[in-house]
Amino acid sequence: MDRLTAVSPGADLLPVRQGALTLEEVLPGEITSIAPFRGQRKAVTQALLAALGVGFPEANCLTRKGELRCVWMGRDLAFLMGARLTADLGGLAAVTDQSDGWIVLKLSGAGAEDVLARLVPADLRAAAFPEGAAIRTQLGHMNVSVARTGGGLQIMGFRSMARTLVQEIADAMASVAARAGAG
Amino acid sequence: MRLPCPICGTRDRREFYYQGAASMLERPVSGELDAWHAYVHVRDNPAGRTRDLWHHEAGCGAWVIVERDTVTHEVFGAVLVEDADAD
Repeated sequence: MDRLTAVSPGADLLPVRQGALTLEEVLPGEITSIAPFRGQRKAVTQALLAALGVGFPEANCLTRKGELRCVWMGRDLAFLMGARLTADLGGLAAVTDQSDGWIVLKLSGAGAEDVLARLVPADLRAAAFPEGAAIRTQLGHMNVSVARTGGGLQIMGFRSMARTLVQEIADAMASVAARAGAG
Repeated sequence: MRLPCPICGTRDRREFYYQGAASMLERPVSGELDAWHAYVHVRDNPAGRTRDLWHHEAGCGAWVIVERDTVTHEVFGAVLVEDADAD
């Protein structure tokens, strides 16, 4: 059989650099959605802690251990990223593989919040959006997840909209960098 | 306008989808035609306090009942439909 080469969602789009700002692709490995059944959240957290060392995150937060992250993605929903789900959640949660469905970006450098302030209707300044915060919101008209983790802003969007997502952010980066350059 | 999502906190209106009057949750228990006609078609159009259904579409995905004033645009609060309606 032919040997197939895996291509990441942003392979031909990234990185983008503008002044002090960098937009790069993050390759999270497997992404698994975990949706606890009614009343099972505590049991899910215990199973995840025992197997992986991270709990199910509270709303608007993520939990992490090393490269492993469990990111809140909505009402009774979180994504496990950076490791295979080894906990047995049978009877506790609905679990699906999301690995190929998302593009994961990291925006870093001075002014990163100013870039997203042009696109996202939520306050992402460090005081309101500290390390470990993770929200669902919009970027333009696209539904995304935004988190602050590892010294940058992580933006997750649908893979089918990867090109639009990168273009929107790159345009805003150019505007912010130009304004910074103009003093 | 910003709406207080019980899960996400106060968020911009753009993240929400507007459905309509919260009376939609009050389904008639009988099969009487007049009751169903009123349930499906008849709506108040209040100048003042109103209770509406909103979907936090670009946020957590929860359905929310928001109480607000159509005259002053004051938003009084919001609760999850899940907590208010057994269905």
